[in-house]
Amino acid sequence: MIDMPPGRPGEPGIQWYDGEAGPLVRPYAMTGGRTQPGPSGVSFDLIALVTLDPAAPATDDDTLLGPEHRALVDLCRLETQSVAELAAGADLPVGVVRVLLGDLLELGRVTVRRPVPPAQLPDERLLREVIEGLRAL
Amino acid sequence: MVSEHSDAAADTSALALKILVAGGFGVGKTTLVGAVSEIRPLRTEELLSEAGQSVDDTDGVDHKVTTTVAMDFGRITIRSGLSLYLFGTPGQDRFWFLWDELSQGALGAVVLADTRRLEDCFPAVDYFEHRRIPFVVAVNCFPGARGHGAHDVSRALDLDHGTPVVLCDARERDSGKEVLIRLVEYAGRMHTARLLDSVG
Repeated sequence: MIDMPPGRPGEPGIQWYDGEAGPLVRPYAMTGGRTQPGPSGVSFDLIALVTLDPAAPATDDDTLLGPEHRALVDLCRLETQSVAELAAGADLPVGVVRVLLGDLLELGRVTVRRPVPPAQLPDERLLREVIEGLRAL
Repeated sequence: MVSEHSDAAADTSALALKILVAGGFGVGKTTLVGAVSEIRPLRTEELLSEAGQSVDDTDGVDHKVTTTVAMDFGRITIRSGLSLYLFGTPGQDRFWFLWDELSQGALGAVVLADTRRLEDCFPAVDYFEHRRIPFVVAVNCFPGARGHGAHDVSRALDLDHGTPVVLCDARERDSGKEVLIRLVEYAGRMHTARLLDSVG
């Protein structure tokens, strides 16, 4: 959880900072100063589910991706992840993750499944399934 | 490894539901999330574009004006493709604008209450009542706190008729599960009632 953000090669032996010092790269520097996801104007809910696009090109054009992009891709490789989990897993603020995900979406690397809109919530059968699932825990 | 067999059908049926856990500072939100979550409660941080102006008066806890706010969350997998996410809402009033985003599309909310400081949960109760988000009040029975009946709490909070009040121990998994079950049942009833309303 307190991994230092990569991308700042410290000289070996004289690493003066530790986790307590906080991030040494300003968060929105990772997004090139952008605070909103790209032109598509998508907004990623905290529980929007992010999956790697199986049709995405293999890892040969990674020059387009920064280390944080790749960290997100790696996290999704294990299993489908919610935006909140990605933020915690990559130890990045949610706002930053949203911008990076916007990039990945535009590059076709990931697909994003939005949560069910409230108006359609909730199917009675689904709720029963949730209740039974909770009982069985 | 990208799973080759993640066929389209499985992906399109993947579903995530959101439940909020609200209540005053230190009432046990993170404890409750941790008790029922299958993953260690995770923490996300949201950067604020606008720093909070007021400083907390929580004695000795934290006097710095911060520009990040943390949310704890946990996950319960009901089955493959159906997960429940629990979010502990930020306790401080000045982060309310985050609640709006959190509450969007939420199935419902648990308002945790401590009978020794019942007034701490008033803002959460007001918030969810105004937005017509189904919620249950879960009274966290702290050791040493005087026992109060659910009915007393319901009256003290002036809850709308039908809003469930559950006594619980936020540290206990079974107790937390029971709270969630009551919430989902209640959310179902509210939803059905609204559907009937909109038809009639």
